[in-house]
Amino acid sequence: MATATRTDTATTGAQGQATGRSFGALVRRPEAGSVLGLLAVFIFFTAVSGPIFVLPAGFASWLNVAAEIGIVALPIGLLMIAGELDLSIGAVIPASALTFAVISGFYGAPEIVGVAAAFGVGLLVGAINGFLVLRTGVPSLIVPIGTMFAVMGLTLGLSVLLTGATSSNVVPSPFWKGLMGQFIGGMFQVTIFWWAAFAAIVAYILHVSPFGNWVYAVGGDKISARNAGIPTERLTISLFMLSGFAAAFVGVSQAMVYQSAQVAGGQAFIFNSIMCVVIGGVLLTGGFGSVFGIVLGTITLSMVNQGIYFTGFDPNLGSVIIGALLLLAVLMNDTFRQMALSYSSKKKS
Amino acid sequence: MTEPVLELRDVNKSFGPIDVLHDINLTVKAGEVLCLLGDNGAGKSTLIKTLAGVHKPTSGQMFMDGKAVTFDKPKDAADRGIATVHQFGGTFPLMTIGRSFFVGVEPTRKIGPFKVFDRKTANETAVKAVQEFGITRIDDGDRLIGGLSGGERQSLAIARAVHFGARVLILDEPTAALGVKQASHVLRIVLEAKKRGIAVIFITHQVTHAMAVGDHFAVLIRGAVAANFMRGEKSREEITDLMAGGEALADLDTAMEGYMETHEGHPPQPASRATVA
Repeated sequence: MATATRTDTATTGAQGQATGRSFGALVRRPEAGSVLGLLAVFIFFTAVSGPIFVLPAGFASWLNVAAEIGIVALPIGLLMIAGELDLSIGAVIPASALTFAVISGFYGAPEIVGVAAAFGVGLLVGAINGFLVLRTGVPSLIVPIGTMFAVMGLTLGLSVLLTGATSSNVVPSPFWKGLMGQFIGGMFQVTIFWWAAFAAIVAYILHVSPFGNWVYAVGGDKISARNAGIPTERLTISLFMLSGFAAAFVGVSQAMVYQSAQVAGGQAFIFNSIMCVVIGGVLLTGGFGSVFGIVLGTITLSMVNQGIYFTGFDPNLGSVIIGALLLLAVLMNDTFRQMALSYSSKKKS
Repeated sequence: MTEPVLELRDVNKSFGPIDVLHDINLTVKAGEVLCLLGDNGAGKSTLIKTLAGVHKPTSGQMFMDGKAVTFDKPKDAADRGIATVHQFGGTFPLMTIGRSFFVGVEPTRKIGPFKVFDRKTANETAVKAVQEFGITRIDDGDRLIGGLSGGERQSLAIARAVHFGARVLILDEPTAALGVKQASHVLRIVLEAKKRGIAVIFITHQVTHAMAVGDHFAVLIRGAVAANFMRGEKSREEITDLMAGGEALADLDTAMEGYMETHEGHPPQPASRATVA
């Protein structure tokens, strides 16, 4: 739990000044709906699965999952607020994991080289995505799907070409293992702390720095934003690069944890990260959302994902619950957004 | 009298083989409202975009304070104090008043090494700026833009432009989508902007609205200035006729209004309209 509160205070602290006094201010927050969703899910699983769910092991099980999804969900959320979408993370995660494993494992280069190369892959794919979206004007649903398949193919081809296999092993030194792939107390992955740090940084970017205002403006109305003097192109490319970097970070930390990397895997992140963001109250068409909401959405999703194993239900039911949850979340967020828009405009003439 | 803030001399604009603007000559002085009237397709939007730096004139010159200027991009026009407010205010429905007011020019303060968006200053400045324009209903900078009425949004956008030092304010059909009462609010704000010495270019096809605030009128027909006259020189009917390209639309208009008054607001059936025309 210690880590969970840490994450929460990191984000609320950053936007605490905005936490309002009145009902109107409260309902205007994008995460208003997701707080209720998280509470409902937590109460449900605590009631159904008994005390194990609130013991450290229970927390660890979903926190570990949440941390990995959470790190990618944060920049995906920023992109969605800015009105873009990035599905290519599903290919960047295994590609960067394999880059690291091949360079530092197969060729035995120092970890720093492998890590830097893996991050480079993420940043490069992000930059390509951003550039193509801007240059071609093709919606950002399509462009990253294209790059995703290209990256998947390249990963497979290069892996087979260089190593003759579709997976690679790597044994990181204790320092790197401790930094990115360690379990604390035998069950809490160190990535949880990285997630908290990412959340704090992204919360600063979005809610505190003037840059965040640009993100909202671009998502709200791109042309007005450009006319107001915002460098929209640089902003879009930076956001895509940020999501590529976060995906690479998750890929490398997975390789550190499991000490191996495969060509496949990572596809689950595509939909999971989008779901976290949507459950967290980010508007699909952009312009509305918060980091606190994204963090709550991530916790909610991973709680359902893992909580199902603590109950006596068929684990396949977990997907049904997630599906229903997503639908509910969107409906609830719409309702709250309507309330936010109409609140205190009753005096309209 | 004083030198015009903005002047167009023989401005032409064509897109490929299509000529959209022909030899436009217009002047607007500080503290004056120039009403640009014209039917759909008369070239109003192209003219606005040329003034705002979106398009470059194919030939002809623009002058500000007597000096020739060229705008390569909208930013150049904005830097010289030309601000455009679009029909829907050009604002961001899901942003707060304070945040959207300062898009692109965010006020910041320092907390340690970090630059922080100064929400308090932003909200206070935004609210004060609109209230000075007489919109006292806006008192909370945390409200979302989407929760404001159309007139309030327009007012906010105008107040924003004036706050950031607009010298020429281009209003693109600000009253087109508004009800009668909302429109009168916006017209009052146009007069307030004029009182502050801003040159206002008011684009509309509603002659009544134009006559309520205009000092100087220009009617645009098929890309050319068909008439250029001062307040009081022409009647409402004459202006309406001009806009319709000389057809006796004014007669039709008054006939329709007379009809509607006696028929509980219903316009006449197409058949009867034909007989009037």
